[in-house]
Amino acid sequence: MKRAPSPLRAYLARRPGLARLFVIAALFVVWEVSARWFVDPLFLSPPSKVIASLGALFGTPGVPAALRITLFELAVAFVIAVAIGLVLGLAIGLQPFVRLSVFPIVLLLYGMPQITILPLFILYFGIGAASKIAFGVTHGMFPVVMTVVAGVQNLKPILMTSARSMGASRWQIFRHVIFPHMVPSFFAGMRLGMSGVLLGVLLAELYVSIAGIGYFTTLFTQNFEPAKLLGLIGTLAAMAIFLNALVRRAETHFGKWRAG
Amino acid sequence: MTAPPKARDAWLSRLVQAAFLAGLALVWYLAATRWGVNRLLLPNPVAVAQDLFEILRSGEYIDDLETTLGELAAAFSIAVAGGLATGYLVSRSPYLTKVFEPLFAGLYAIPIILFLPLFVLFFGLGPASKIAIGAAISFFPITLNTIAGFGGVDRLYVTAARSMGASDYHLFRFVLVPAALPVILTGLRMGFTTALLAIIASETLASFAGLGHRIVSLAESMEIAPMFAYIVFVIAIAAILNAFVSTLEARGRRNR
Repeated sequence: MKRAPSPLRAYLARRPGLARLFVIAALFVVWEVSARWFVDPLFLSPPSKVIASLGALFGTPGVPAALRITLFELAVAFVIAVAIGLVLGLAIGLQPFVRLSVFPIVLLLYGMPQITILPLFILYFGIGAASKIAFGVTHGMFPVVMTVVAGVQNLKPILMTSARSMGASRWQIFRHVIFPHMVPSFFAGMRLGMSGVLLGVLLAELYVSIAGIGYFTTLFTQNFEPAKLLGLIGTLAAMAIFLNALVRRAETHFGKWRAG
Repeated sequence: MTAPPKARDAWLSRLVQAAFLAGLALVWYLAATRWGVNRLLLPNPVAVAQDLFEILRSGEYIDDLETTLGELAAAFSIAVAGGLATGYLVSRSPYLTKVFEPLFAGLYAIPIILFLPLFVLFFGLGPASKIAIGAAISFFPITLNTIAGFGGVDRLYVTAARSMGASDYHLFRFVLVPAALPVILTGLRMGFTTALLAIIASETLASFAGLGHRIVSLAESMEIAPMFAYIVFVIAIAAILNAFVSTLEARGRRNR
């Protein structure tokens, strides 16, 4: 005989989002319990202690500045990556011959493991913000190029033909046919570009161990201060989640005209 | 806009690509020899080619290559086992899919390499931390694609097989797996690529050995020509590995 489900289970069955929060909360409880009683405190701090030591973390001289600079690098790298990606994507996508000849080169470059040339970026641009922005740009621009090219390519030829047969100028075709069709894929590209920028900037930040985020992660690891290390990494992860949510929201907002 | 490319266009586009690569090599050569770019910033491509040849001939790369490939094999095996099992279990229930799929997708959107310092703290600077972070990063695409693969199997197939009396095993072996395989194989290929990148990245950021570490140590001792040679070597290795798994993926799709 089947037992009737408990009210809590029935309630959760209708709300998977709430159940997801429970899963996350359970993970934090496991983390708290294991860190408090089972793991060497030199290696892992419970979340309660991490949150309690956030004050000490932000009070550490240099940490707020390092986080601010990282946010600045992310913003600048994102803007540059999107601008370059948009211009390159349009230049490649709008001309069939250019696409045929140049696009494989872009694919080739995009397929290369860029992490191998990270030391070169430091060599050329120094250990400051410039190298991190540059590395973020090279990671972020390729996905934007790909999606812009794909977006332009998906344009139905009939739309172009009919616009032209009705006497639309080049600019009018771009403004009223190409641009609106590109918008959804452009914002999808921005989301992928943001993932790339986050990866590139954070890799470069972690690589340079004598300044910025990389200096503090190295310092906290060597001094066995897991609470501060977790706090710093958690803050950066929160930053990444926030920026991802921002571009995702822009994508759903600007991508929905076609469905309507 | 999407007129089929003419043969002449295809031929011309190859020419443009060859000219681009040749032009790049020429600019590199001229910049290094004629235009007085500092040799510490840009080595002569001829010297790089000689160093690359020397590295290949002497076999000095073998230890680092073994380290990196060993880490990759271990990390990928763990991620495949964990990802396929988790993905399959979650995909069995639409409810669990609704609960866990956004969680995995959200975590996957964070650059997980950010957690490398924690992995180093737990597992040390040796291969263990590389294996752990490689497995952690490649777990996500494999799991997400396994969920999508099994979740996307048409209910009609399952009902039809059941009505013809298929057992659980037969249903799994002859309906679910063949239907889900293309998506899962894509996940495995993505997982492999991300594991490779994660391992080279973590070797670059913090380690004693491996190809990523070799590039960094040459950069730190300002041996720029051998460093370029190793960069070319690693890019070639990555290209070979990626071509290999893409071939396996295509073959797996055909033979299912």
